[in-house]
This record gives sequence, C-alpha cells and structure tokens, in this order.
Amino acid sequence: MLAAVFNLNHPAHTVDWSFIHLSVANVVVIALMLVVFVLAILLPFPGVERRRGGSS
Amino acid sequence: MSATPTRSSSWTVRVREAGVAALPPEKLLPDGQPTYVASWIYVFGVASIASLVVIVTSGSILALKGPAWWHYTGVGHFFNSIHMWAVELFFFVMVVHLWGKYWMAAWRGGRAKVWITGAVTFLVAVPTALTGYVSQQNFDAQWISTQAKDGLNSVGVGAFFNVTNFGQMYSYHVLLLPLAVVGLVAAHVLLVRNHGVVPPFKLDERPSLAPIAKDTDGPAVPTGAQS
Repeated sequence: MLAAVFNLNHPAHTVDWSFIHLSVANVVVIALMLVVFVLAILLPFPGVERRRGGSS
Repeated sequence: MSATPTRSSSWTVRVREAGVAALPPEKLLPDGQPTYVASWIYVFGVASIASLVVIVTSGSILALKGPAWWHYTGVGHFFNSIHMWAVELFFFVMVVHLWGKYWMAAWRGGRAKVWITGAVTFLVAVPTALTGYVSQQNFDAQWISTQAKDGLNSVGVGAFFNVTNFGQMYSYHVLLLPLAVVGLVAAHVLLVRNHGVVPPFKLDERPSLAPIAKDTDGPAVPTGAQS
C-alpha cells in the first residue's frame, strides 16, 4: 500500500482564534474556495465575446 | 353507462397538462442560455451536479460490493477514494455556487423556491456526508460516531436516531438521505428551468459612485449625470 503524501502520524495542526478552532486542512480548503470564487468572477469565460456578438 | 372519463376528470390528463404548462419542452430542454451565463461563476451549479453523479455512481458500486471489498482490495480502495473525493469536490463547488448566488441575490424575480431548495439541499447534504463517515466500518467511523453522538445528544436530537448504530446509519446513507438530496436537486433544476437562470444586476440600477457636485442654482447632482 502506498504511504500518505503527508505524514499523518500526529495530532492535527489547528488554527485557534478566540472561539474559532479549525484544523489547518479545513482552513486550506476554505482559502481555496475563496480563491476559486474570486477567479471565477475575474477570469474571462472562453468564447464570451463571440457569444455576445463581438469580433473575436 | 360510459366508462370513459372526460379529459378534465382524468388525473393523468390534469397532471400532464399542468406539467406541460409549467415546463413546456422548450423551457425544460432549451436550445441555449442567455449571454450573461457565459461566466465562470455560473459553472459551479452544473459542477455540483456532475460531482453528485460521480458520488451516486461510485456509492452504488460500493454498496454492491460491501465493506470487505472497499477495505481489503486495491480496486475497492480506489472506488472508496473516488467516492470520498467526489464528496469533497461536491461540497467545494456547492459552497462556491452558494456564495455566487448569494451575492447576486438569486432569489430575485420570483425565484425564492429556487433559492430555498438549493439551501435545503446543502443542509441535507451535511448529514448525508456524516452518515457516510460513520458507515466506513473502521476505527475512523467509530471515533467520528462517538464524537457525533455526544454533539447530537448535547443539542437534544439524539433520541430520534443513533449515530453509533451502523445499520441505521448505513440505511440513512445509502437510501433515505440520497433520495432526499437527489429529489431536492431535481426540484431545484426544474425550478431553474421554470424561472430561468437569475440575471446579474443591471448596471443602471447600481447607486452612483460619482462624487456629488453642488450647483448653486439647483439641486445636487452626480457629476457623472452632468452633460
């Protein structure tokens, strides 16, 4: 069986701020969702000019 | 006596006519979408459905083969991982979809039911995933179920179900909750077809950000409005 990419043989690392208690893994996922959300708004969609009757 | 019912008294006819009136074929399966749908932010709804298809397919295979297969064979591990990562992706894209729809106020234009079915789908998906974690048949499942049992008991809902009862949780996970999720998603999609994809806010409806210029002879007007 393949080993895990990361060493998982220890308690999870956490981020603690006041009552907020999150595992680093969950913080990474939340940050990735925010990045993807911003990119989805900013990045142009392929073929958008053609669909809107543009020249390109 | 005639045994043939009239058209209006036949429930099948009434259901068909109501269905076609609510969703005529050209609305149910449209040729295209409005130009404003050509944006990445509109992709996450269908990405959620694609993830759900992978979840249901891989879950059906896991149900067919059983715990010994998904724990002790290479192919079983593979499908177990496909199922778990499809769930991760499902929640990831569903949350981005929810954020996008929240910030464009997707309940506008009589779309309240579309918004509500989407939000309820998210809420039902959470226990669907939890019952999956406690149905793994390993130490991880034991740990999660005992932790969840304490949490659920602390809010007073532990009398209705028992997360340490594998048979009950497995039934919830492979039948009851997936039926609810798939049914809600189907209703959500049909409502989107019925009402159309929510358009973005119109530019001319936004409040002017231009600085206000005071005219000694008249009322204050935005500088952008002066000609």
